[in-house]
Amino acid sequence: MLYFANWKVLLICGICALGVLLSLPNLFTPAQLAQLPSFVPHKQVALGLDLRGGSYLLLEVDVAAAQRDRLGTIIDSVRNTLRDAHIGYTGLNVEGDAITFTIREPDRIEEAKKAVGKIDPDLTVEIGSDGSGTMKFSTVATESRRRQAVEQSIEIIRRRIDETGTKEPTIQREGQNRILVQLPGVDNPEHVKALLGRTAKLSFQLVDQSVTVEDARRGRLPPGDEILPAAEEGRGSRSVASAGAYVVRKRVMVGGDTLVDAQATFQNNEPVVSFKFDTVGGKRFGDATRENVGKPFAIVLDSKVISAPVIREPILGGSGIISGSFTVQSASDLALLLRAGALPAPIQILEERTVGAELGADSIHAGAVASIVGVSLVIIFMVLFYGLFGVFADIALLFNLCLMLGALSVLGATLTLPGIAGVALTMGMAVDANVLIYERIREEVRGGRSLLSSLEAGFTRAFGTILDSHVTTLVAGILLYWLGSGPVKGFAVTLSIGVLTSLFSAILVTRLQIVTWLRRYKPKAIPL
Amino acid sequence: MRPLIVIRRVPKIDFMRWHLYGFAFSLALTALTIGLFFTVGLNYGIDFTGGTLIEVRVTTGPADLAAMRAKLDALRVGEPSLQGYVDKTTADCAASPPVCVLIRLPQQPGGDAAQMRVVQKTREALGPGIEYRRTEVVGPSVGSELIRAGVLATVLALGAILIYIWFRFEWQFGIGATIATLHDVVTTVGLFAIFQLEFNLTTLAAILTIAGYSINDTVVIYDRVRESMRKYRTMPFRDLINLALNETLSRTILTVSTVALAVLALLFFGGAVLRGFSIAMLWGIVIGTYSSLFIAAPLLYYVQPNRRAIARGADAGAERASR
Repeated sequence: MLYFANWKVLLICGICALGVLLSLPNLFTPAQLAQLPSFVPHKQVALGLDLRGGSYLLLEVDVAAAQRDRLGTIIDSVRNTLRDAHIGYTGLNVEGDAITFTIREPDRIEEAKKAVGKIDPDLTVEIGSDGSGTMKFSTVATESRRRQAVEQSIEIIRRRIDETGTKEPTIQREGQNRILVQLPGVDNPEHVKALLGRTAKLSFQLVDQSVTVEDARRGRLPPGDEILPAAEEGRGSRSVASAGAYVVRKRVMVGGDTLVDAQATFQNNEPVVSFKFDTVGGKRFGDATRENVGKPFAIVLDSKVISAPVIREPILGGSGIISGSFTVQSASDLALLLRAGALPAPIQILEERTVGAELGADSIHAGAVASIVGVSLVIIFMVLFYGLFGVFADIALLFNLCLMLGALSVLGATLTLPGIAGVALTMGMAVDANVLIYERIREEVRGGRSLLSSLEAGFTRAFGTILDSHVTTLVAGILLYWLGSGPVKGFAVTLSIGVLTSLFSAILVTRLQIVTWLRRYKPKAIPL
Repeated sequence: MRPLIVIRRVPKIDFMRWHLYGFAFSLALTALTIGLFFTVGLNYGIDFTGGTLIEVRVTTGPADLAAMRAKLDALRVGEPSLQGYVDKTTADCAASPPVCVLIRLPQQPGGDAAQMRVVQKTREALGPGIEYRRTEVVGPSVGSELIRAGVLATVLALGAILIYIWFRFEWQFGIGATIATLHDVVTTVGLFAIFQLEFNLTTLAAILTIAGYSINDTVVIYDRVRESMRKYRTMPFRDLINLALNETLSRTILTVSTVALAVLALLFFGGAVLRGFSIAMLWGIVIGTYSSLFIAAPLLYYVQPNRRAIARGADAGAERASR
């Protein structure tokens, strides 16, 4: 017990040296670090947003809304299919996550099933013998759509945020439908929030001039048409709009997915957005405009009409301009959104936490002062109560601190303000192992044991207790990490790492020092 | 180098004489907590209720709370609560009368999207001359999830600890340790109910840490009880518990002191954000130590572990060791 094999001594010293080496980069500024040779470790503890300042946004992809949208387009195909096949039906509707309808002629159920079954292979069609039918997405299809929608959203969000010039954003998936966005250094995320809150689905649709909005609202909406409100930016062109809305064909001439570029520019001293189609989109746009010269078409963004210019001549160049009372800011935002692409589903912001750089700096300062005061008090306390052995414990404590910092740096863990509290707290708890050992040694001495056997018994007997108490704290730490979020997770990380490193330092490092001291000074009594 | 302060003798305190008072005190405290929890309730922070918290610093001089309140009232975003504060640990907010203000806005009707618009509106209403130190907006869906996750974490932690103790000791120890830890968790919640301190995510972190610390303290004492049961096979159980408590008393005091020193440093120097956490921790380590002495250990007297089984365990261990 009181004998250390040489390799063990080397290993313990090695781990301590490694801890010091790995924690050292935290003492330097990044500029100083860059000048150091490359073999020196460079990794610093990553500071959480609550310390460095920044914005944390938790988003949710509204997958259900995307699915409702998709069912809405499919319902049109069902209507057309049944009509083309001359099959009578009633009550065609979207109910929850399914399309429902009733076939009038019971003997044609099989035929109807076959016909609508061709619309989308992802749909399962069921028609009962009474003619009532439902169409639903299979669970596999829903699941793969959901995953696809979330992944696509992450990609689009990344593009949008990159366009705003935010440095080092972190965008990651959280749970099933959620996306966590971290924007270091952003202290007013309103612009980003506004950009993320928009789906930016652009389409060009023809305006139906055969009916006025008022008539359409009164129920005379032609099949295949829809009423869309004018966007706030689009109030300027009132030529074909009345009551702030338009009747437009549902059929999309060209969709925004065929755009390859969009830029904010000026036309007649007004901010506008110029755009460019890819080859397919350009051709489709050219064809559509050629067939509809003299008619107005609506530029629709997120189901709102930005403007509805009249087609004066076929637009064959594959590019065009969107105008509609933009401000410079709204034009450049729209261009940015069009460049980055549309989100596959609407996004909700569930949670926002923003910390300004000033508060972050204050928190670092307060955390550092509290930790230094805390550790100093513990160090003094240990010397007061245990003398030389207290010094041993304090040396082990300092190595423990280095090991913790080193581990945090290497693991790339994030240090948050509660994390700093975790460090301070662990320092207080770490010496508990030493207290247990020393108290035990005292007892054994009091019980009349010799110097060596007291030391030996102290370490051996206290070990079980130390292990038990560390495991229980570790359990709490792991649960916190698993169920906590944000800064609390940071606390859980430092607490758990601290428990592990203190097990090493309080037992092995302290023991090594005591053994070395015994060998060198051959003391007659234990100074406890 | 010798220690300056030494506790030479093992004290001879009759803890068991006081344990019924301890039980009564703890039952009263627990009843008070439960009563307050269901009548007054906790002062939940926005982490759990949803809503908006904005911490601002007025850069143009002392904050005019009345004027700010009037501006926010005009927004019609529910009853705003404004609270000026002085925080000596930071240079920015140390001024008195206060320049820093905490603004709380309630949950907005209309779901997550409505929550998010509030900050923009507030910024526009308050105008220039204001530095935004912190903004937190929690939507209704996240809030309820966080409550669920918090309760789950606490229950799982207690369950895991019970299983671990049961595994390492006899089941009787597990019951005693769980009751004592539950007591500490409940009364910490009680502290927050009595003083209506804000109960948020960091409080929850503190409570789980308290559970870990309290169990740690109990385990040390139980370890000693078990050891004494093996050593003194005929000693009355009451004396055995007293002996174990007295023998570990100096450790108990020293450890609670070092942790308390660290927590006090956090309380006085850690700033406003950590205050709730530090208060919970401080109370938790005090009540955790108390419960180990006056609840966990005396409880063993009522659910006496099987001494023969423990002695057998010791013999078997000794046999293994001698081989």
